[in-house]
Amino acid sequence: MDSLVLRTATRYLLPLMLLFSIFVLLRGHNAPGGGFVGGLVAASAYALYAIAYDVQRTRQIMPVSPRRLTGVGLLLAVTSGLIGLAAGDPFMTAQRDTRELPVVGKLGTPLLFDIGVYLTVIGVTLTIIFALAEEE
Amino acid sequence: MEVVLAVVIGALYAAGLYMMLRRSYVKVVIGLALLSYAASLLIFTVNGVTRGRPPLVPEGALRPPEPFADPLPQALILTAIVIGFGVQAFTVVLFKRTYQATETDDLDAIRSTEHHKKPGVPASISGAREG
Amino acid sequence: MNLLLVLPILIPFLTAVTALLAWHNRLLQRRINVAGASLHFAVALGLLASVSRDGIQVTQIGNWPAPFGITLVADLFSAIMVTMTGLMGLTVAVYSLGTIDARRESFGYYALLHTLLMGVSGAFLTGDMFNLYVWFEVMLIASFVLMALGGAKEQLEGALKYVTINLVSSALFLTSVGVLYSVTGTLNMADLARRVSSGTIDPGLTTVLAMMFLVTFGIKAALFPLFFWLPASYHTPPIAITALFSGLLTKVGVYALVRVFTLIFVHDVAFTHSLLMVIAGLTMVTGVLGAVAQMEMRRLLSFHIISQIGYLLMGLALFTELALAGTIFFMVHVIIAKSALFLVSGLVRRVAGSYHLKELGGLYRSNTGLATLFFVPAMALAGIPPLSGFWAKLTLVRAGLEIEDYAIVAVSLAVSILTLFSMTKIWAEVFWKDRSESSDPPKPLSPFQRHSLLIPAVWLAALTVLIGVGAEPILDLAMDAAAQLHDPSAYIRAVLGGGAV
Repeated sequence: MDSLVLRTATRYLLPLMLLFSIFVLLRGHNAPGGGFVGGLVAASAYALYAIAYDVQRTRQIMPVSPRRLTGVGLLLAVTSGLIGLAAGDPFMTAQRDTRELPVVGKLGTPLLFDIGVYLTVIGVTLTIIFALAEEE
Repeated sequence: MEVVLAVVIGALYAAGLYMMLRRSYVKVVIGLALLSYAASLLIFTVNGVTRGRPPLVPEGALRPPEPFADPLPQALILTAIVIGFGVQAFTVVLFKRTYQATETDDLDAIRSTEHHKKPGVPASISGAREG
Repeated sequence: MNLLLVLPILIPFLTAVTALLAWHNRLLQRRINVAGASLHFAVALGLLASVSRDGIQVTQIGNWPAPFGITLVADLFSAIMVTMTGLMGLTVAVYSLGTIDARRESFGYYALLHTLLMGVSGAFLTGDMFNLYVWFEVMLIASFVLMALGGAKEQLEGALKYVTINLVSSALFLTSVGVLYSVTGTLNMADLARRVSSGTIDPGLTTVLAMMFLVTFGIKAALFPLFFWLPASYHTPPIAITALFSGLLTKVGVYALVRVFTLIFVHDVAFTHSLLMVIAGLTMVTGVLGAVAQMEMRRLLSFHIISQIGYLLMGLALFTELALAGTIFFMVHVIIAKSALFLVSGLVRRVAGSYHLKELGGLYRSNTGLATLFFVPAMALAGIPPLSGFWAKLTLVRAGLEIEDYAIVAVSLAVSILTLFSMTKIWAEVFWKDRSESSDPPKPLSPFQRHSLLIPAVWLAALTVLIGVGAEPILDLAMDAAAQLHDPSAYIRAVLGGGAV
């Protein structure tokens, strides 16, 4: 799309939306939010960029390709499950630090899992959107 | 509330099935989407609609005050929606590719998987369906 | 031992993820593929050994106690099915090396293959209805993409039919799970079995639920009259994928049917299992009659998949310990024999350039080894002694005679003869008759293809002989597994009684 207003706005919106997506991801432990929603927000930020400019440029400004994001995300999620296994509990048992942090809550494998979900959702959503957009 | 939802669910299933019976595959995709919405709404309704009673345990108590909404159906629906999203995205891409390959969106025209055709082979031996 | 329950799911998952991360390196992907598949088969064997030694294994994911969390359970039946998954995974992984073209490989073929194996293993291991739905979806999405990958016109059309019918089945599955939860208040299979048998739930409602699940799984398993999607789609993707689908996907549907109709819906056997019996007979007959009319090898074999599903259902419908053992034995036999036939048909195509019976011929003279390779699993499928199919059918027939259900026994024997007839047809057309003058002479395989194509086919054909000759231990294993299915109290105790937690 060729719109100066949208392009200018997108340049400022992209970092804001990414920051907001991380906020949503982190607060998801005890409040509404989480990896899935956060991932969708981040993916929509890049999707907006792809609408304002084009897919080619969006791929260039992304630090990591969507495919790799998916792979790393899945790997992180499964690692969070393996940590429980390594600690001698059944697979996926949550392991947490006892200290409470602001916003994030207790650090532990659920957060790691959520980050994995976050990356996977960005990766998969953008793979689909780019595939559909590039067909045109 | 349940009665209204029941009617809506019935209408969704009916519309979904009707769309699936159409010959154009754009309509089939819409029909599939409607079917999965109907299923989600059904899970939500048959397990009891509770308003404004989140299943949160108040501080100091061991269980939430009765009656509270059952969180499990909502978790099921959420999972189903996420899966449905992925599957429908794939279906749209697949149908689009099929449209490009066959240059028709008429399901009745899609029959190349039904019989074996090859140049040089007489039609009479190309399987029983052509007989 | 709870590690062994998780590994058959984790290993394909990690294999798929590593293959995904090694996107641009095809050679590395091929190595990861073989390593992952071998490891999967190894842990599956380990699981089988552990279950047959120590009884039913249970693990509660995330340490949430049953029936609240997701439970993974492996009884002998599950363990046998996981082992077959590992076997088929490894076989197809090797066969794919020589048959899948570079374009498909670079579009994530191996990642998808292992995602499919993960979904199938998960479906066999889960003890939770909704989790079963999730594994079905994982498996389906992988199979959708595998079927459409490559994008030939015929493939896309086949995939369109396959995807549509499976999505209808998924929507129905979801609906059934929702209603099941509202009626019983639980989705844990063992807990469901306990609540349904306690008699507090209206049996009429339970029967309705049973029928909903019958249709849901019936579509996946390709039962009569829900099988039309199978011969319309299974022959379109590359033969390695067809072999894998024929070996595993419909069998997951049958597994789910066996699971729910031995564990949960046993409140009104007189109605539900009689209905299953009628469906079993009709499935056998329509499948084999459909096959008789086909002249394309893959389509012919696809119709036979349906007919064999009838036999699997027959054991479930007879519902005695011996009959269930027959179903399990038959499952092992048919997965191997059927996939072997598909692999051989792929070899025939490689060598002679066609799948079409009329265009082939004379291969017995030019490729005697290949002819033998076809002959062995084909005779096993028809049930000729001493091959695997003979013992499988014998067990089912014995079980039928034992409870004096002569009708289904007669049907199954008649279908056997028709199976033999259509195997003979392939034999006569492809191998025996003279090759038509106009066609090109057979092409030899390249040395690499020789290994990657022949080894899996020979290995499966040898297994049908091995199972036939050494049927005793496998039949014993099937009997033990059937005993666990027929009396699910041990299963329920293991899941809910805190067994191995």
